[in-house]
Amino acid sequence: MSETARTYEVVSEAPLFRTGVTLSVLALTVILLLAPLAVVFAEALREGLGAAITALGDRDAWSAIRLTVLVAAVAVPLNACLGLAAAWAIAKFDFRGKAVLISLIDLPFSVSPVVAGLALVLLYGSHGWLGVWLQAHDIKIVFAFPGLLLATLFITFPFVARELIPVMTEQGRAEEEAALTLGASGWHMFRTVTLPNIRWALLYGVLLCNARAMGEFGAVAVISGKIRGQTTTMPIMIEMLYNEYLTVAAFSMAALLAALALLTLALKSLLEWRHADLLAATRRH
Amino acid sequence: MHIDIDEISKTFAATTALHPVSLSIPSGAMVALLGPSGSGKTTLLRIIAGLEQPSAGRILLDGVDATGTPVQHRHAGFVFQSYALFRHMTVFENIAYGLRARPRRTRPGNAEIARRVERLLELIQLPQIAARYPSQLSGGQRQRVALARALATEPRMLLLDEPFGALDAQVRRELRAGLREIHDATGLTTVFVTHDQDEALGLADRVAVMSMGRIEQVGAPSDIRDRPANAFVRGFVEAHIPVGAG
Repeated sequence: MSETARTYEVVSEAPLFRTGVTLSVLALTVILLLAPLAVVFAEALREGLGAAITALGDRDAWSAIRLTVLVAAVAVPLNACLGLAAAWAIAKFDFRGKAVLISLIDLPFSVSPVVAGLALVLLYGSHGWLGVWLQAHDIKIVFAFPGLLLATLFITFPFVARELIPVMTEQGRAEEEAALTLGASGWHMFRTVTLPNIRWALLYGVLLCNARAMGEFGAVAVISGKIRGQTTTMPIMIEMLYNEYLTVAAFSMAALLAALALLTLALKSLLEWRHADLLAATRRH
Repeated sequence: MHIDIDEISKTFAATTALHPVSLSIPSGAMVALLGPSGSGKTTLLRIIAGLEQPSAGRILLDGVDATGTPVQHRHAGFVFQSYALFRHMTVFENIAYGLRARPRRTRPGNAEIARRVERLLELIQLPQIAARYPSQLSGGQRQRVALARALATEPRMLLLDEPFGALDAQVRRELRAGLREIHDATGLTTVFVTHDQDEALGLADRVAVMSMGRIEQVGAPSDIRDRPANAFVRGFVEAHIPVGAG
């Protein structure tokens, strides 16, 4: 309650300065974030909504959309579980090699996606370390769905873990231990104490993870082989269409990809708005 | 319940938190583990609760070896230093947690849970706060809710880690009296950890003075005060001579 009543009259900077800062931030947001987005939608609709929809109805375009959604649908839940497990281990326990694990989680952020894609090709490709064995067992990874999935998993691994580690570290183990002393089983404790405490961080991590999974270009482009209608995801398809001067088709697909991202953001805002009371009540004092 | 600590020791990676210590806590007693920070008192309390495994030694509950008994089955009501209330649950749900966590065949019905929570809220003299969240409570209220939550499952013993540590003197005095009343009414074997010798000597039936992972002296408050066993106990007790407010 005191949260909303908090006032800032003690803050000393002049109103003019504050207005100036606010306006600059707004201007930068419009120029850097909103303008490119607006251009994408404007270009997509240049020849009307009908042309945009026709372009998306193309067989190869449709296949790219399906593939992107499928990759995200598999990669995001997997990385949510892996990230949750990693964050739990790091935040709640001390063990040998913890520092190494923390650095490893950041690896996908620091390595260029193209390098990551190449590394996967070198590992699983026909001339790669595991290539011969994979070929002997008729398992296809590079230039196929498993390769796309592996690349996406690698690139999006840090998102959930990075969101969760600070939250879980700050919360410590006390509430979980309290649940155990009250007779809760490990699973009951996880469901009723751990998960509710991290649900917003988890949701945010999953949304970021999903946005990146659908939008990833570099690593996926290398390992996909860009086989039209088979291994092209939406971002790759956009590049191909653009290079072929099919502007409306390229921007229609770009607009759809952007719309999917905006949808996830809207979803998050909706959830936050619906649960505003609970959020305010449970926030730290 | 009678608690026997039999030659329990605990080492963390490189440090020894507890040298082999033994302590017998008779059924229904109120015992204080008193000592400066780093003396091993909280580690000992956590070992009794089952939150920590001893490196060696045994713990017997009513004569039965409970060293390997998991925390869920020790039936110890535990009040944490920072209370550790579930921040996303109302006071009602916090207190009801242990009852709801039971397996279906022993879980009381909703009406019975509500009745018990209500009775506990009356016991801690806060009947009006069931619908509030922990963030909306004062420190003293939180402590009392934590106590009610620990009592809700009808534990066999009550363990408290620095239960009055974060409160101001006035509230602390009230809550001390409250804890003593609840102890006397329920007859629960109670062990609490404190670094405040006034609290230990004023509240407990028996006091175990600890230092550097060892128990230096066990006795009634008057023994500790009048016949300190060694220089450490004398120094520690004298260092905090009550100055009225305490």
